[in-house]
Amino acid sequence: MAGTLLLVGATSDIGHAVAARYAEAGWRILLAARDPERAQRNADDLLARHRAEVALLRLDILETESFAAWLDGLPALPDTVVCAVGELGDQGRAEGDLAHAEQVMRTNFLGPSLLLGLIAERFAARGSGVIVGISSVAGDRGRGSNYVYGAGKAGFTAFLSGLRNRLAKSGVRVVTVKPGFVRTRMTRGMRLPPLLTAAPSEVGQAVYAAAEGGGRDIIYVRKVWRLVMAVIGAIPEPVFKRLSL
Amino acid sequence: MHANLTLTEAGPEARSSRMISGWGRYPRAASEILAADSPETLPALLHGRRGVIARGAGRAYGDAAVGRRTTVLTGALDRLRGFDPASGRLRAEAGVTLADIVRTFLPRGFFPPVVPGTQFVTVGGMIASDVHGKNHHREGGFGAHVEALTVLTPDGVPRLCARDREPELFAMTVGGMGLTGTILDATFHLRPVESGWIRQQTRVAADLGAMLRALDADDAATYSVAWIDCLARGPALGRGLVYRGEHAGREVCLAAGRDPFPIPPRGRLTVPPGLPGWTLNRASVTAFNALYFRRGRAAGASALVPWHSYFFPLDGLAAWNRLYGARGFVQHQCVVPRLGAEAVLSGMLDRVARLGTASPLAVLKRLGPGGGGLSFPMEGYTLALDLPANAATFALLDALDRCVVAAGGRLYLAKDARQSRDTFEAGYPALPAFRDLRRRLGADGVLASRLSTRLGL
Repeated sequence: MAGTLLLVGATSDIGHAVAARYAEAGWRILLAARDPERAQRNADDLLARHRAEVALLRLDILETESFAAWLDGLPALPDTVVCAVGELGDQGRAEGDLAHAEQVMRTNFLGPSLLLGLIAERFAARGSGVIVGISSVAGDRGRGSNYVYGAGKAGFTAFLSGLRNRLAKSGVRVVTVKPGFVRTRMTRGMRLPPLLTAAPSEVGQAVYAAAEGGGRDIIYVRKVWRLVMAVIGAIPEPVFKRLSL
Repeated sequence: MHANLTLTEAGPEARSSRMISGWGRYPRAASEILAADSPETLPALLHGRRGVIARGAGRAYGDAAVGRRTTVLTGALDRLRGFDPASGRLRAEAGVTLADIVRTFLPRGFFPPVVPGTQFVTVGGMIASDVHGKNHHREGGFGAHVEALTVLTPDGVPRLCARDREPELFAMTVGGMGLTGTILDATFHLRPVESGWIRQQTRVAADLGAMLRALDADDAATYSVAWIDCLARGPALGRGLVYRGEHAGREVCLAAGRDPFPIPPRGRLTVPPGLPGWTLNRASVTAFNALYFRRGRAAGASALVPWHSYFFPLDGLAAWNRLYGARGFVQHQCVVPRLGAEAVLSGMLDRVARLGTASPLAVLKRLGPGGGGLSFPMEGYTLALDLPANAATFALLDALDRCVVAAGGRLYLAKDARQSRDTFEAGYPALPAFRDLRRRLGADGVLASRLSTRLGL
């Protein structure tokens, strides 16, 4: 049953793969991006490849005060919203540059949470809808190499968890996605272990299956990540703090 | 904990230097590897760099897609920018693969106008090499079907070019091996087809004369290609099988009980790493060729074959380049003019058969008139041979090159790993004009591959 997808973060490679999976299933696609010009190639791709009905909208995730009016202006309240906004930032810089640290935290936590929270109210009033947040395994345990990003994602994960809990009986589903390593613009040039690294299209498929097919509310795209994160989570803090992670 | 197990999407700065090679795994060279994010960010990524070349799928056999200093991966430029079903016109970014195009558009009744022997190539690579297919005698190279290109020239400006807009940049970029600029996207036409099946007719040629006559007789055929038994000697020299192909109509497929748009099997056999270099030896290849020849003879006349078997038979065997062991292999692909071709080819095949190390992959095709610039095709016959990379091979290939040059032919740059500057300069009369354009574009030293450095481009 095809509906309307709102993808927030339309220049993201993961976001594009998600939109492509929905477009393949015949969904109408609303793409929201801070810089619609940069998202144009993704919109073109959905149309050329899947003959999808695509609209491209401008939205800055940091302009939280604009959210309500922006949602009012949508052609229709979507059936599913996927938020793929994320900014890795530069951990080293964030340690001394508060403005940078703040932007990373706001981009990964504040903006996405407030937007999805607002959409959740409208979904709850309607009595239906699926909310998908692309969070990260980096939010499961803070690590020295990226804890500013990780903290943002941890906050986002907690927000989604609470939202899911609150709306469990309202007909609104909330899905948390922790993709693990994915070959995207964010990870380009990094050496990634092949078994732990997904292609964006795998994330697209996993999101579609979880959001529209039902099943688990919290997904790791590659199942091995559930095990990896269980191990990471079980390492005692006195040991963990001495590891260079 | 080791860097490889860093548990995050985070990581070190996106730059590294590695030993890389082309599909033949010879030669290998160190190159800094950069990955393009998007067409918009590529100018900033390349700004101020020298010795750079773009690399699509890495299917050029030799050193064409190995940067002198820096190799830029274009795989992320994989978006389709527009498709018009009425005309078949497709605009695709340079990193889109042919496999992606076929998978997306064949079920909608469209097929690329020209395809090379593998579908695991990119649009940018196909244009930079001006690849040809089994229909060159009628359709020309892939470049002949390109309507427009966006090329990022060394000044950092993306330029839209076509036959009537910056025509020199357009003409020299087709077949220009990435040395005039980096192709960002291309617009070309897909052709309508009624099915993904090919009506294949197999004919036996008992010797080289019969082989060339059979290829000549295919002037009106849509597709034509010959497998040649390059270990056969004496009166059987040049024997082989000629495969003519036509797109099958929808009714023909339905009558034969076939799905008009077959999907290739998902699982592919993969050649394991670490095979010794002697896996393909004279005995095994002779036995294979004899069997293959007899099977073809028995198969006889006409068959319906799926597109992937007809056009891309080797794609079913992943990593087949490992068959030649760690030292790698080279492919020698030449074209010789039609006039006097039989004597030239028979001299070359005789040398090959005497050395006896040739692989089972030897292909002969007709080519029509060429596309200009550094584009490979010219009116004549093209012969492609795979050989293990070793001293005996290199000595043989030097001798074959002399035959090609004497005949007025040339070698295919997308396959080349070792030809001499003299051979190259003798084969490409457009070279001075190409060099002149590179100077004017400021491409000298800026856009440079191992191949361009080796050949003094």
